[in-house]
Amino acid sequence: MESTTTMRWGRISRRDRQNLLTGLLFVSPWLIGFTLFTIYPLLFSFYISLTRYDLIREPVFIGVENYTELFTIDPQFWKVVYNTIFFVVLSVPFSLGFAFLVANLLNTQIVGRSFFRAVMYIPAIVPGICVAMVWLFLLNIQYGAINGLLQSWGLPAIPFLSNPDLAKPTLIMIAVWATGNAVVVFLAGLQDVPRSLYEAAVVDGANGWQQFRHVTIPLSTPVILYNLVIGFIGAFQEFTSAYLIFGSGGGPLNSALLYSPFLYQNAFQFLRMGKASALAWLLFVVVVIGTIILFRTSARWVYYGGEK
Amino acid sequence: MTVIKPAQSVTSPSVRRRTQATPGHLAVQVLKYTIVGLLAATWLFPFYWMFSSALKDDPQVYTIPPVLVPNPAHWNNFANAWAKNDFTLFAFNSIFRYSLPATILTVISSCIVAYGFARVQWPGRDVLFYVCLMTIMLPWQVTMVPLFITYKTFGWLNSYLPLVVPAAFGNAFFIFMMRQFFLTIPHELSDAARIDGASELGIFARIILPLAVPALAVVGLFSFLATWNDFLGPLIYLNREEHYPLALGIKRLRDNISATGTNELAYPYLMAVSTIVVTPILALFFLAQRTFIEGISVTGIKG
Repeated sequence: MESTTTMRWGRISRRDRQNLLTGLLFVSPWLIGFTLFTIYPLLFSFYISLTRYDLIREPVFIGVENYTELFTIDPQFWKVVYNTIFFVVLSVPFSLGFAFLVANLLNTQIVGRSFFRAVMYIPAIVPGICVAMVWLFLLNIQYGAINGLLQSWGLPAIPFLSNPDLAKPTLIMIAVWATGNAVVVFLAGLQDVPRSLYEAAVVDGANGWQQFRHVTIPLSTPVILYNLVIGFIGAFQEFTSAYLIFGSGGGPLNSALLYSPFLYQNAFQFLRMGKASALAWLLFVVVVIGTIILFRTSARWVYYGGEK
Repeated sequence: MTVIKPAQSVTSPSVRRRTQATPGHLAVQVLKYTIVGLLAATWLFPFYWMFSSALKDDPQVYTIPPVLVPNPAHWNNFANAWAKNDFTLFAFNSIFRYSLPATILTVISSCIVAYGFARVQWPGRDVLFYVCLMTIMLPWQVTMVPLFITYKTFGWLNSYLPLVVPAAFGNAFFIFMMRQFFLTIPHELSDAARIDGASELGIFARIILPLAVPALAVVGLFSFLATWNDFLGPLIYLNREEHYPLALGIKRLRDNISATGTNELAYPYLMAVSTIVVTPILALFFLAQRTFIEGISVTGIKG
């Protein structure tokens, strides 16, 4: 095995060469798929972003015009960016904070833990379209259950779907409702925290809050980072609820027009493939930079125990 | 103050029994179960509403205050909503043209690839695996347009090929899941077989694969779920109604409501088919709850 350090083909031992061939053979489906479905579209996408292309006529090379149009001319782009950042910055912390509290609640001695865990998890695994349909119905201003109840109690109806100020909070509310994945992951992380640490903390005279602050939280930081990265990337790509509940136009005054439905609209309704690809590349760059920042800063706050 | 609970789990049973008797502790317990109970009720309410609305007639839908328990309950709404809107065809498409082929291909390809990343030592392996992991973070929007253009030139639009063929090349997330599992199998098993002269393919097929059945089940379950729930893929590639999967069938029903105003039994039917489409997922979840939870936890904790 030592000879693997030198990559010169002739110096690799027979056995290593054999292993290399075997290994490559096993991963070859992925390698081919990676080239065909990731690398090639990624580069192709960048090229399209520099063209004007409507799928019918030949693409015309126009340099960075799609990008400058987005930044300077497009009346919706900055609104969409604002909407998306608003959604990401609020939905991720709310969802994760809520999920962490629920996971801690379920990590206590509780009868029916797996039932409650299932209840929290189910919204995350059922088809997005069914979820969107029932919320659309629940939140309807005239005959939705929520407004119906409010009205029958003599309270004013809440225009969840038609008021521009409430459109994004409505999406955030649904995101929090569907945060079951994070609950399950947090709960598994909490159950991994060694009992002995709590016992030691009790011996040292720590009260409940101090145990939570100095044992539970530090040992949960790797799981928090994982959920944060997954949640961050997922929130940027939110499509199904936003598109189905507020339509491709993004609801009242485009107030719920998020980045992915906007991109979809440009590509498949306006057939502006160049502009859509420019949007896709901008999103790609933002997600990569954001993820790198999360990982870089994580060194400061994520605690990796000595055990792994 | 619910956060103080971890302390209880370390106290011995006798201590616990004593503390439970105090009024303060009882109050905490009552508070805890009230919170959890209210949460669960809130979380389940949309599903209850979906189901109960499916049983209503139009007057019951448009009544204020809302009708919580429909009386009379129109159970035939389910059959009518299904039959009058071509859902047998959509269900066939969803299951036999999308979920099953894609799941079978994903399970096979992902476990072969994962084996190469987990149980064969070769130069460059870890770098490639890292690249594979990074593709999980790649937003789907980046490849959406170029792939659409490519499939269009292949003449694959309005078919299930764009949704099924990529599954034959492994899915990064499932490769990762399978690899985590393969790593837990002792290396001595493979080494012993190697000494006996078994080929790598033989070791994979006869020794490792039989041990990996639970992991294959996890991947199969998650893949079935992802394809059953997929909305965007069909939305992009399938425009003819005879090709629609369930998700697009529901969307069509909903678009009819918006287009024609509220036609007769529009909402009960919409909720009825939604309930039917949710049900297999719920059934699958409760049948295989452990598998689900372990799958999701393994990726989270060891990731």
